[in-house]
Amino acid sequence: MPKPVTKPVTKPESRKGGADERQAGMSRQQLSGPLHDVSTDAGYAAPPPRMGFFTDTSICIGCKACEVACKEWNGVPDDGLTLTGMSYDNTAALGADTWRHVAFVEQPTAPPAAAPATDLGMPGFGPPDPQGGLEADAGVRWLMSSDVCKHCTHAACLDVCPTGALFRTEFGTVVVQPDVCNGCGYCVPACPYGVIDQRKEDGRVFKCTLCYDRLSVGEEPACAKACPTDSIQFGELDELRERAERRVEDLHSRGVDVARLYGQDPEDGVGGDGAFFLLLDEPEVYGLPPDPVVTTRDLPDIWRHVGKAAIGLLGVGAATFLGRRR
Amino acid sequence: MAECHPVGFQWVMEAKARGATIIHVDPRFTRTSAVADLHVSLRAGSDIAMLGGLVNYVLSNELDFRDYVVPYTNAAAIVGEDFRDTEDLAGLFSGYDAASGSYDSTSWQYEGVQESAPAAGQRDPSQPGVPDSSDAGAGGADDELAHDASRSEAAGSGGPSVPHKPQRDETLQHPRCVYQILKRHFARYTPEMVQQVCGIPVEQFLAVAKAITANSGRDKTTAFCYAVGWTHHASGVQLIRTASILQLLLGNIGRPGGGILALRGHASIQGSTDIPTLYNILPGYIPMPHAAQHQGLAEFVAADAGKTGYWGNMPAYATSLLKSWWGDAATADNDYCFDYLPRLTGDHGTYTTVMDQIDGKVKGYFLVGENPAVGSANGKMQRLGLANLDWLVVRDLVMIESATFWKDGPEVQTGEMRADEVGTEIFFLPAAAHTEKSGSFTNTQRMLQWHHKAVEPPGDATSDLSFYYHLGQRIRAKLEGSTDPMDRPLLDLTWDYPEEGAEREPSADAVLREVNGTGPEGSALSAYTELKDDGSTRCGCWIYCGAYADEVNQAARRKPGQEQSWVAPEWGWAWPANRRILYNRASADPDGKPWSERKAYVWWDADNGTWTGHDVPDFIPDRAPDHVPQQGASGPDAIGGQDPFIMQTDGKAWLYAPTGLADGPMPAHYEPPESPVGNPLYAQQNNPARESYPRRENPLNPSQSAVFPYVFTTYRLTEHHTAGGMSRTLAYLSELQPEFFCEVSAALAEERGLTHLGWATITTARNAIEARVLVTDRMRPLRVADRVIHQVGLPYHWGGSGLTTGDSPNDLVNVTLDPNVHIQDKVGTCDIQPGRRPRGAALPRHVEDYRRRAGGTALPIGDQPSEPAGAQAGDQAGDQAGVQEGRRR
Repeated sequence: MPKPVTKPVTKPESRKGGADERQAGMSRQQLSGPLHDVSTDAGYAAPPPRMGFFTDTSICIGCKACEVACKEWNGVPDDGLTLTGMSYDNTAALGADTWRHVAFVEQPTAPPAAAPATDLGMPGFGPPDPQGGLEADAGVRWLMSSDVCKHCTHAACLDVCPTGALFRTEFGTVVVQPDVCNGCGYCVPACPYGVIDQRKEDGRVFKCTLCYDRLSVGEEPACAKACPTDSIQFGELDELRERAERRVEDLHSRGVDVARLYGQDPEDGVGGDGAFFLLLDEPEVYGLPPDPVVTTRDLPDIWRHVGKAAIGLLGVGAATFLGRRR
Repeated sequence: MAECHPVGFQWVMEAKARGATIIHVDPRFTRTSAVADLHVSLRAGSDIAMLGGLVNYVLSNELDFRDYVVPYTNAAAIVGEDFRDTEDLAGLFSGYDAASGSYDSTSWQYEGVQESAPAAGQRDPSQPGVPDSSDAGAGGADDELAHDASRSEAAGSGGPSVPHKPQRDETLQHPRCVYQILKRHFARYTPEMVQQVCGIPVEQFLAVAKAITANSGRDKTTAFCYAVGWTHHASGVQLIRTASILQLLLGNIGRPGGGILALRGHASIQGSTDIPTLYNILPGYIPMPHAAQHQGLAEFVAADAGKTGYWGNMPAYATSLLKSWWGDAATADNDYCFDYLPRLTGDHGTYTTVMDQIDGKVKGYFLVGENPAVGSANGKMQRLGLANLDWLVVRDLVMIESATFWKDGPEVQTGEMRADEVGTEIFFLPAAAHTEKSGSFTNTQRMLQWHHKAVEPPGDATSDLSFYYHLGQRIRAKLEGSTDPMDRPLLDLTWDYPEEGAEREPSADAVLREVNGTGPEGSALSAYTELKDDGSTRCGCWIYCGAYADEVNQAARRKPGQEQSWVAPEWGWAWPANRRILYNRASADPDGKPWSERKAYVWWDADNGTWTGHDVPDFIPDRAPDHVPQQGASGPDAIGGQDPFIMQTDGKAWLYAPTGLADGPMPAHYEPPESPVGNPLYAQQNNPARESYPRRENPLNPSQSAVFPYVFTTYRLTEHHTAGGMSRTLAYLSELQPEFFCEVSAALAEERGLTHLGWATITTARNAIEARVLVTDRMRPLRVADRVIHQVGLPYHWGGSGLTTGDSPNDLVNVTLDPNVHIQDKVGTCDIQPGRRPRGAALPRHVEDYRRRAGGTALPIGDQPSEPAGAQAGDQAGDQAGVQEGRRR
């Protein structure tokens, strides 16, 4: 495990894309696109490797130990005792009081021919078909998946935070400092996954810290520690990505063609997630956005356009006056 | 298993990652099914038919592992001419006495065996030469002895005695050899019959049969895991027997990757069986002496002394136990204080005790970490019993329903119980959790793992060890100086553990050392083979001898797996002798060579003349595979070189049990005490030897009643712990399953007008409860015979206290018990209707109304031979009217 690293007080000068830099190193802080060294980009000198989660949902058994361990370790309050009727999921969604959420996707499995080609397999929570279930080939599938903050390479929540309450840690994770958060809530709509959330009675936002305190002393996050089947794997992100690729290949070789990774691709709309997943169906089935894009991606363009417009307006204004003079 | 044992299930997932095929057989689709390769749904209570179908598939296709079966099992043994099978007697075995509802096993014996042989008869009151008290009447609380007959546990861990060498026909052709009897017995368990009984489609059944037979043999092994879904039945023991027969036929016992794993209902239930909290055995499965039969130690051990196999050393185990308990006071002259041991006078099992409470025969009761008001069958019966005591001690982490029923229980709400009329004085004493005390857990693999105290118990909470130790000290202080002989057992006890800390916590480590045992010099023993019957050794539990070998707490070892062999002998300690797989002599062929390189585990090293391998060999170390014992040899000397099952008197695994079981030498499918269908296999509807309790509090639904047309079964959820005391009080767990619910299929919901998240009332002849409704594809209607059977799933964790509260499904469960171990049947029939249940006094009236319409009295319906479908039409029409009436309400 990496040793704790002190957060630098001042940011170093912008790095040049140089010989000792790995190929993805960029010359300035980016809002989108591939970015290998997110911590250095955030200003850390010689940070430890970027750490993350690989959640392999193909071996999740839905025990919810991750949810409980997270709450126990982080002192997260209970989220209310409500029977949702959504299979065995009574947590419903990630939120200020739920930093790990196990989704239960319960669906009848129809013979392949009968499935309409356009069926996205969206989770349905209505009553099942009363005629179903009696035939020998009628079955059911029950997918489970432990969701969590993605700790995006390009984290819009962090980008829009006006107080600096949200910051990038030396491990490349994204953490809210509750003593700095002023409850403005800008980050809530900024998150492309709908993860970060305000606590109603409090106003401030809360989310997974990837157990920053545990990482700082060389411990793995509480959820990964508690997971009995190693569905939640914690480690260096580069290594996790390699491991995940091997796992997908292994599943494909065994005929599990539906296995695919979600959030591991540095080319995706958030520059890849620090917490990524192996899924057994389309992301929508698990309630995940199929093509998340960092909501601040277009900020430079927007500012550029705004700037151009402003300049244009200035020009028009100037021309008006100049014209008058003429 | 993922649902109830998620931590253990990690190994199943690891096996799957290595290519294992996971098959899950369960009435409901659980978290296990979700990750299994195949889920097989079946009607709750039909498991013997399913497993019997697999046995038949193996036998009729001759797929048994013949090279294993012939030498290592009793397949070749010849059974006597008097035996009659269920095939001959319409579902009964020979020896059945209808008046007492019990079997005499004389006719089941091997050929040439005189049943009057004292070895088998001594412990078996129904056997010739032993007083029979069965004239007290069938099923009553007084006929314990009749039902004690052939109790399997009465014979201790070695099983009952048979002559060492029954006649054998190793060609397996003799019509009365076990193999042929078994083949005939199971012939009717065809795939089509399995479909008819269980509702499993033929193709699916055959897929299972092919998978497990293809995955068994020299190079492969198949393992079975089960939990209370198998054991909690009126034929629970025979259910496990069926799995044992199947695994033996496939050669999957005593070999790596094989076996039958009992996933216990709580942490360390295995430990509390080894060092029992049961009334009928002593530590290490030594039977509890019987008042009428065992006047002295010599008489007590005579049944086993001199017998063949390792159980023949029982005198050493029993004497060392007495020496451990009574120390220097136990001498050869006073029979090592054998007279101090309590004696059985009959069935003192849990349910008998509860009924005795109701009848005023039991005055005081300790409940330690148990919540029967929620967690035991027929909750009303449990609460009525507790309400009729003089005093009750409840030790638990939180205030549970069993301590508060007198003021807020369901009967208080209905007016059937009044707080000011309940005379029971209740003492609630807070208990420490496992993190707040040191001690060992023994898991299903017989492995002891030590846990160290992490934090001090809160407030006045104390460990159970501390409670009993200090209670004992106080009682002994009060009795000090007494000359009453009755007080000697307490005053002479060794009760001198070192105390630690301000709270004077007795040392759990010292207790383990005492359990392990000490030799003449007072040092810790290393193995049970060192135990003596001359009073020179002390041992609190002979099978645990070695857990403190070399004066080291072996259970506390935690050497990581990657730093030792794959058998991991230095993680914890497994009884006996740190052996990780029992009967592992069977992992080698008769010549002592591994069955295959892949499955090599323990083998004979001819050069050094010893057994060796990856594990501690479960065999006499230097006994060569070709060794033939001398005639008349006894104890371990009688074990042949090809007798892997060294605790059995004949050294062979029993496909057929010639003695020792109360309900037959082979398993047979009988319907649960309450069933919506007639038994398709036999005219005999129910287990004929089951223990029925026809009492006012325990009425049964009539068999095949249309008033109670559905099957219900109770089960657990991952999020809660048993009767809820450890989970319903915690917000983090309660929020995950915040309300009691029932699970039904969409078809049943439509049939009864149930709506998702609406309320439903579930009614049996005992009681009615209400639950929120979850309509789910995971519950599936089953096509059984010519009709569709609906099942209602009921997680049983809820009661009236805690953060999440709800009705208790155990209020619906009847008390009809397995005759071998006195366990209830968790399956029953019910009705389910939309809406909340009646409140107050209207609730008992509602239940009474159902009883009246069902045509039942408060008494169980007797055995009814199942009739052809046509003959029932009239009755069913009548019952149908009742259902319609019910719907109109």
